[in-house]
Amino acid sequence: MATKLPKASVVIVGMGWVGGILAAELTKAGHTVVGLERGKSRATQDYYHVHDELRYASRYELMQDLSKETITFRNTEKMKALPMRSYGSFLLGDGLGGAGVHWNGQYYRFLPYDFEIYSKTVERYGKNKIPKDMTIRDWGITYDQLEPYFVKYEQMAGISGDKTLPPNIGAMSVPFSTGPMKKTPGMKIFEESATKLGYHPYIIPSANLSDNYTNPDGIERASCQYCGYCERFGCEYGAKADPVVTVFPVALKTGKLDLRTHANVTEIMHDGKKASGVRYVNTPTGEEFIQPADVVILAGYVFSNVRLLLTSKLGKPYDPKTDTGAIGRNYAYQVNGASTSAFYEDREFNLAMGAGALGSNIDDFNGDNFDHSDLKFLHGANIRFTQTGLRPIQYQPVPLGTPTWGKDFKQASIHNANRVLAVSGQGASMPNRYHYLDLDPEYKDAFGMPLIRMTFDFEEQDVELVKFIAQKTKEIADGMGATKTEMHDTIRQYNIVPYQSTHNTGGTIMGDDPKTSVVNNYLQMWDAENVFVCGASNFAHNSGYNPTATVGALAYRTAEGIEKYLQKGGSLV
Amino acid sequence: MAKKPTQKPQDESRRRFLKYSGTAIGGVVVGGVIGGIIGSSNQKRGEDAEPGETKTPAAESNRDYNQALMFFNQDQFMITEAASERIFPADENGPGAKELGAAFFIDHQMASAYGMNARDYMMPPFYKAEASQGYQLSFKRRELLALGLDALNEYSSDKYKKTFTKLAPEEQDAVLSDFEKDKVNLKGVPASTFFSLLQSLTIEGVYADPLYGGNKNMAGWKMRNYPGNQMSFYDDIEKEEFIKMEPLSLHDHLELG
Repeated sequence: MATKLPKASVVIVGMGWVGGILAAELTKAGHTVVGLERGKSRATQDYYHVHDELRYASRYELMQDLSKETITFRNTEKMKALPMRSYGSFLLGDGLGGAGVHWNGQYYRFLPYDFEIYSKTVERYGKNKIPKDMTIRDWGITYDQLEPYFVKYEQMAGISGDKTLPPNIGAMSVPFSTGPMKKTPGMKIFEESATKLGYHPYIIPSANLSDNYTNPDGIERASCQYCGYCERFGCEYGAKADPVVTVFPVALKTGKLDLRTHANVTEIMHDGKKASGVRYVNTPTGEEFIQPADVVILAGYVFSNVRLLLTSKLGKPYDPKTDTGAIGRNYAYQVNGASTSAFYEDREFNLAMGAGALGSNIDDFNGDNFDHSDLKFLHGANIRFTQTGLRPIQYQPVPLGTPTWGKDFKQASIHNANRVLAVSGQGASMPNRYHYLDLDPEYKDAFGMPLIRMTFDFEEQDVELVKFIAQKTKEIADGMGATKTEMHDTIRQYNIVPYQSTHNTGGTIMGDDPKTSVVNNYLQMWDAENVFVCGASNFAHNSGYNPTATVGALAYRTAEGIEKYLQKGGSLV
Repeated sequence: MAKKPTQKPQDESRRRFLKYSGTAIGGVVVGGVIGGIIGSSNQKRGEDAEPGETKTPAAESNRDYNQALMFFNQDQFMITEAASERIFPADENGPGAKELGAAFFIDHQMASAYGMNARDYMMPPFYKAEASQGYQLSFKRRELLALGLDALNEYSSDKYKKTFTKLAPEEQDAVLSDFEKDKVNLKGVPASTFFSLLQSLTIEGVYADPLYGGNKNMAGWKMRNYPGNQMSFYDDIEKEEFIKMEPLSLHDHLELG
C-alpha cells in the first residue's frame, strides 16, 4: 500500500535545470513545492578530486546507472529494438542537477528561424522544398516572445560573451552578464581565417564564467580557471553554471521547497482530464508514496518525460502508421560528423588547457542564414573551433590511414597530441515521421516498467547537410596555416556505439495544434490542464546548437504560466 | 594577469590555494564553495615545486604493494602484459604499456565494478544485434577478457607451437591482428570484441591517473606533455608558446581533513 502524503501546491518530477528554475521561481513567489529527484544529492565538494578522466569520462561517474534503466534502440521499424547496454552515443544525467551538472556550458539561443521553421521555409522556398515525411513545424511561439526569458536565464546563470554579436543570430535586448572568455591562439587562428572568408566569427557564449559574478538572486560565483575538465565532470569552482550552485540554493532558502532525493516517480495519477498527483518509490526502501498536488510538472530528460506520460497513459501516443497522436512524436538529435582537422608540424598548442564553453564559431551556415534553393537539405550547422581541454585517454589524434595500435599508432598519437586544431559543425536535426519514441514491448527497468524505445536513423537530409558543412569546415581550416588538413564529410547509418552528442530532443513537442503537439506555448498539456511538461522534449526539431539556453528560457516562461494557472486555472492559451 | 583579490583570504588553506594555483579569485562566496574547495588544493604546479621536495610520500620504500593480482591468474597476467606491450610498445618516445604497469591496471579494473558490468543493463533477453546497436552479449567484461587471453595462448600454440608470451614480437602482432580481424573462433563471441576491449583497456592503463595502477610515475603523460591534474591555467590559457610542465596526479592533490 502506498502512503498518501499531504497535498502540495506543486510537485516537480526531476530536479535538473528545469526543476531547479521552476522551484526557485515558484517558491520565490510564495508557493510550496515538492521536488522529487530519483538520484542522489550533489554538492560542489563532490568534485575536489574530479580531475579523473577514467572515473568521470570513461566510466561515467555522474551518469544514470544503466543497470536500473536504459532505453532500447532500432534504426527502423523493420529492426528489433535492443537495449543500450553500455553508454555510447549520448549520456544520461542523474542526481540533483541532472545533466546540468555535466554539461560543457556552451550557451546558444536558438535562431528566430527555428521557432517558425515551417512558415519561413514555405515562405522562402515553397511547400515542395520540404521532403516527404519531414515533419518540421512551427513551435507555437516566436523568438521575440521568448526573448525576455532568455535574458532571465542569462542573468541567473551568468553568461559570458561578446558585447556585440553578428547580425545573423537573434538580437539580444540585454547584453551578456560578463565579458567573453579568454581567446586562445587556436581561436585567433580560426577567427582570422573565417573573417578573411567574409564570415562572422564570435566567441562562444559561455556558462563557464569569464569573471566573478553576482546574479540578481545574490548568488556569487567565481571565474573559470580553464582547468580543462567540464563535460562529463562537475565544476570544483562553481564557475560552470549548474543548478546546484545557482537555482537550488535560492529555492531552498525560501523554506518552501521540500526536496526529496532517491524518489523515483513511477506514475502520474489522473482521471484523464486532470492530474491529482504522482506515485513515487523511495528507492532505498522500495516503499511507495503518493504525493497529491494541484499542479504536476514533468521536468525530466527527454526520455523520462515521454516515458512517464506513456506509462501513466496520459495523452495520446503517437502512431507513425496513421500519423496521429502526439506523445513520442518528432524525436530529433544532433547531426555531427562534418569536420576538418588541421595538423601543424611546426608548432604545438596548449590543448590540455581549456574550458567546456571555450571556443569561437560562425553561424553563416546555420539556420536559414544562407540560400538553400539549390541544396538538398534544410537548416545547417554552427561551425566552431573549441578548446575544451583534450585529455589523453579519449583523445588519440592520428592522421587518416594510421594503424589503430602498435608502434606507428603510438608514434603518431604522441607526436600529434598537441598539434591538431579541429574545425567542426554541430548540425541541426530535422524530425521525420518515422523517428519517434514509444514503449518497448519487451524490455523493462528495475521496477518492471517498460523501457522507452527509440526509432531513429540518419536520412538523406543529414547526409547532404554533413557533406556541405564539411566543405565549409575545410575552407576555414585550409586558411589556418596548417601543414595539412583532413576533411571528414560522411555519415551513414546512425550507430548508438560511438559518442556523438547528448542533445536528444522531442517527444512532447510544443505547438498550436492539440492534435500534433503535447503542450501549448506555456508547456501546459493540452490533455490535462494542470500538467506541465518542460524540457528539450518540447523541441519540435533540434537546431544547430546546444539546447540548454532554449530549455532554460522555456522553463522561465513556464514558471510564469504556472503562476497564472495557480491563480486562475484553465487553459493559458 | 591573475585577478586581484578584492578581499583578504579567509584562512590558511585559502592562502595556500592562492599561492599554489598562481591564481587569486577575488571576494567570492559560492555557497561555501571556494572556502571548501581550497582546503583540498594544497598543490603546486610542477614548475613551482620547491627544490628537494619529493612528491611521493613513503619514499623510504620502493615497493609497490599495489602490484599484485586481484583477478588474473599468472598466465593471463603475463599474456596481458605481452599483448598490451604490442598495442603500446616501448620506443624512442618512452616506455611501453608493460613498464607503465598497464597489465596491473587491467587486472585491477577486471576486479572492479567495470569488469563486472555493474552499471550496464545486463537483463535478458539477449538477441543477435545489428552493428549499430552495440554490445548485446550476457558475457561480462572480465569473462570476455579471460576467455580471449586463454584463446591467445591456444591460437599461438596451434599456429607456432609456442605460447603467446614466447613468440617473437612480429608473431605476437600477427596473432593479435588475427583476433582483431575476427579470424579466430572465440566460442561464438567475435574475437574483435575481445581485442577492442583489450585495446581500450591498454590505452586507459597508459594514460589514466596513476592511482589506478598504470601510467607509472605519470610517464604516460610525460611522453605527450599532458600536465595531468592542475588546478588552474588562468594565466597560461592565452599564451602563444607551448608550455611544458611536470605533470601532477590526484595523489599530489590529496590533503584530507
